[in-house]
Amino acid sequence: MTTFLEEVNRRIDGVPIQRCYHCRKCTAGCPIAFAMEYNPNKIIRMIQNGKKADVLNSSTIWLCASCETCVTRCPNDVDIARMMDVLREMAIEERVDIREKNILKFHEAFLSSVKMGGRINEPFMIANYKLKSGDYFSDVGMGLSMLMKGKLSLFSPRTKDIKAVKKIFNETKA
Amino acid sequence: MKVSYYPGCSLHATGREYDESVKAVSSALQIELKEVDDWSCCGASSAHMTNYKLSVALPARNLIAAEKDGMDVMVPCAACFNRFKMAQHHLRENSALKSEVEGIIGKEYRDSIAVRNPIDIIYNDIGIDALAGKVTRKLTGLKPVSYYGCLLLRPPEVCEFENYENPYMLDAIMNTLGAESKNWSCKTDCCGGSLTLGKTEIVVHLVNKLMRMANEADANCLVTACPVCFANLDMRAGKDLSLPVFYFTELVALALGLQGPEKWFKMHNVDPMPLIKSSGLL
Repeated sequence: MTTFLEEVNRRIDGVPIQRCYHCRKCTAGCPIAFAMEYNPNKIIRMIQNGKKADVLNSSTIWLCASCETCVTRCPNDVDIARMMDVLREMAIEERVDIREKNILKFHEAFLSSVKMGGRINEPFMIANYKLKSGDYFSDVGMGLSMLMKGKLSLFSPRTKDIKAVKKIFNETKA
Repeated sequence: MKVSYYPGCSLHATGREYDESVKAVSSALQIELKEVDDWSCCGASSAHMTNYKLSVALPARNLIAAEKDGMDVMVPCAACFNRFKMAQHHLRENSALKSEVEGIIGKEYRDSIAVRNPIDIIYNDIGIDALAGKVTRKLTGLKPVSYYGCLLLRPPEVCEFENYENPYMLDAIMNTLGAESKNWSCKTDCCGGSLTLGKTEIVVHLVNKLMRMANEADANCLVTACPVCFANLDMRAGKDLSLPVFYFTELVALALGLQGPEKWFKMHNVDPMPLIKSSGLL
């Protein structure tokens, strides 16, 4: 049977995360570490220790903003940002209870807007996010002001060959 | 010079000033832009955070469409730029993935063009001296800090941007325009990016820190080349801390005496006109 560590390494398909010697440079440079329940290097240790449920249920994997500071500074070239992508994909595939639901709902709203029009229609995407998340009222004033300034266009042009875009979505489905 | 142009979704909506100012500046600097035919979204953070293959295939469709015109492609949005460079990198490194993606798109990817951002093109191809020669209105009084953010720079071996821990191209461009670029330690820090809707409080925390540091550096504005950074800085900072934010091309256009800045500045959330007027620039 494949261990959690082996599965994560297989998906990263690069430098194995055992190269980490916990210098904590990733955590020291991480702009979001202050809000994470487990720091980036702690996640690596937890994977090594087989703590799959705790990792996939953690807020950390969703709060990572993919700024890539960690991998840029890692002395052992461990691709921590890619590792976070892999963990998010695994959490979705294994249907675990996602800790940061609104962050995933944002990604879903974003991608469904792309699938529908080939390009992001921001008012549609934001409305879709609000319906999914139930967060109806924040930023309403800001949205209206942006609409007035012509920054949110209700009728932005779409990709003509929308079939090609839909095909990409259908054939890359995990 | 002539290049393909990929505006991306933001530049047609929240980042309209960026699109219009890139076009105005390009035309003034004799950079001819040809929009990529029937482009589609690059997938941005949401694709790579949830589906690796999708995150390569979406930019690949656009790279293939751009290749048809045989010119390097200018990608002003830092987020799109990053996804294009990443896709290029993965398609080079992983031949199985490349053939799979080509199968889905139904076209061959030849890896025949470079992905460029406008900072790099203006600094390296047009050159600082040529730019200086076109300045008709020196931006005296503007003291910007250059905010490069994450996605133009990292990971460095993919983005191939100069000096990724302490970049200077944007600072050099600002000084050439007659502005007094201020040094600070947050050039390459993160604004929180796509967390702006799903986890707003983190973005507020990060942009407030950036604004405090900009104030501490004695800057009176920030300059950026990313519509995600721009939106977060312009809309999420506390009122008592906010400084005006500019796309770097808006300031190039202002210094070159081009039409447009007044109209673009009206689209900003933090009104830059008091600063522009008190500096005698409009």
